[in-house]
Amino acid sequence: MNTTNHLPSYLEQSDAVRNRFDRLKAREVLLEIKDLGKNYKTAKGIVTALKDVNFTVHRREFVCVIGPSGCGKSTLARILAGLESHTSGEVLLDGKPVTGPGRDRGMVFQGYTLFPWLTVKKNVMFGLEMNNLSATEAGREAELWLELIGLEKFAHAYPHELSGGMKQRVAIARALVNQPRILLMDEPFGALDAQSRVKMQAHLLEIWRSIDITVLFITHDLDEAIFLADRILVLKAHPGEVQELIEVPVQRPRSPEQFASPEFLATKARLESLIHTPEPEPDAEVKPHMIRFVNIADNVE
Amino acid sequence: MNISSWFVARKDLSQGNKTLLGIGSFLFPLLIWCVVSYVPFVWHPMVRISNPGDVDYFQSGMLVDKTVYKDEQANMHTAGKTPPQGKPANPIYLPAPLDVAKAFYTGFTTAPDQQDGQWLYQSLWHSIQIIFWGFFLSSIIGVPLGIFCGTYTPVSRLIEPFVEFFRYLPAPAFGALAVAILGIYDGPKIAIIVIGTLFQQILIIANTTRKLDYALIEAAMTLGTSRIKLLLHVILPGVLPEIYRDQRILLGWAWTYLIVAELIGASSGITWFITQQARYQHFNNVYAAIFMIGLLGIGGDMLLAALGKRLFRWNLSANKE
Ligand SMILES: Nc1ncnc2c1ncn2[C@@H]1O[C@H](COP(=O)(O)OP(=O)(O)OP(=O)(O)O)[C@@H](O)[C@H]1O
Ligand SMILES: [Mg+2]
Repeated sequence: MNTTNHLPSYLEQSDAVRNRFDRLKAREVLLEIKDLGKNYKTAKGIVTALKDVNFTVHRREFVCVIGPSGCGKSTLARILAGLESHTSGEVLLDGKPVTGPGRDRGMVFQGYTLFPWLTVKKNVMFGLEMNNLSATEAGREAELWLELIGLEKFAHAYPHELSGGMKQRVAIARALVNQPRILLMDEPFGALDAQSRVKMQAHLLEIWRSIDITVLFITHDLDEAIFLADRILVLKAHPGEVQELIEVPVQRPRSPEQFASPEFLATKARLESLIHTPEPEPDAEVKPHMIRFVNIADNVE
Repeated sequence: MNISSWFVARKDLSQGNKTLLGIGSFLFPLLIWCVVSYVPFVWHPMVRISNPGDVDYFQSGMLVDKTVYKDEQANMHTAGKTPPQGKPANPIYLPAPLDVAKAFYTGFTTAPDQQDGQWLYQSLWHSIQIIFWGFFLSSIIGVPLGIFCGTYTPVSRLIEPFVEFFRYLPAPAFGALAVAILGIYDGPKIAIIVIGTLFQQILIIANTTRKLDYALIEAAMTLGTSRIKLLLHVILPGVLPEIYRDQRILLGWAWTYLIVAELIGASSGITWFITQQARYQHFNNVYAAIFMIGLLGIGGDMLLAALGKRLFRWNLSANKE
């Protein structure tokens, strides 16, 4: 990649971007992760999924987490959500340790987890009703959110009648209606086609801009991470450790045109070098050697 | 329908073809039965004597083995006496479809032979009540317990090993015990159905409950759902359609225990009817009663299936059936 030579460093920030980061860091710390470690006991012995992870997230910040497959991204999100325990270190939300799942941390999963027996509206109402809000009030809130995500026409549809993108929009609304402090998203758009993915990203940024929410977004798509994030936490695998916490130098508000901007490309080049250079995966050593089964003259290229 | 199109894996059929094949699945065995009953050269190992001739132990209307008949015919020929006459017939235990159909009809219209006897519909109604109470009692215990086992691992580890053991004990083996404890009337019969159903039920419902996608439970937990609400608002509604389907299958099993149950103590119900009729060699009535059980079973199941479709509209697999 000789274009990298012409790119600015990903560390260079324009004044506008630097000012934004200064303002961001002046906000109160929402999430603090100290020396976080996680070991899984398996039949083959102990697997270290996370080791010495340290970072802080400020209120209304948008943090993306990327890293190769198996580096512990999902484990991190699940620990923050309280769905998994950690073996060492601390997770503090607003200064208080996280002990189990709770409504102050919403989560959107990669798989579709809408309750199939509830209509779209009832799905959105679910969290409020579980927290003892009256049905009428919950219904009013849900309607507001359905309007916000543009699915008011589908209020009485069942999840199996929705497309993948719609399902994830409802899942986001279902989490946010509960007014969590932080929204944890584990590859929420991973199963979507490229087009709906782009739409959903823009949509998510719009929601993030309009309400008081902090987002921790897991992805393995570099473009997605740069497009969405204020800062990107890059993990490496075996064991899952923090490689770098990158401040994205791309200006906000973001738009798809910025994919070609020098800051964007510089950040992407940096991420690529971080993620793809380390020691090769075991499968990379298995080289396919293909034999030609067709006539030489019958060439497709 | 092209035959090669039959064997496309899991291919869906048009409603018309489904109905056609459904009717066919009943017509085909009926056709075989008709052929065996009405075509004289198919099977017919017996001969019904119409005229005994000079054979002293033959009587008009008697069923004899074909070889015996042929021997006697040859004997009479050589002795110069009148040979017997008769028509090929099937053994008494295979009545013709028409006879059974008649018995089916007359079962409802004629009074019982014995004075203390019951009408067919009374016997049936008694059987249905036994099934209902047996299955109801079993479900009241088995369904909640199964759901608990499927939800909470300690409960499962405490209950399931014993249940797993108990389900191998044949329910009829408890017959004498049940009579000793519960008397000779309906008590022990209901108990046999409960014993036959309950232990399977606990295990099946527990397994079904465990199959609920764990991600749904996790999603609910991240929405701040308390433990008790998780059971009532996530696990229960999530597994209900599958449990409903299990219950339909289990109800079918309960029917198979009915016959054994009704033989215990004072025999009663449809089983009593069947054994009585068999004793008098009224096999057409026996078949009629057996079909009646079949019809009740499948009729009930179709009703429950239709109800399930309405109840669980959100469930794709239930609607596909
Ligand atoms: N329940 C578990 N038991 C044992 N090991 C586990 C468990 N869950 C995850 N691991 C291991 O922990 C490591 C991190 O897994 P994790 O799912 O967090 O990775 P990931 O970064 O989300 O991967 P992907 O990009 O494929 O989603 C992996 O090596 C995995 O094998
Ligand atoms: Mg993952």
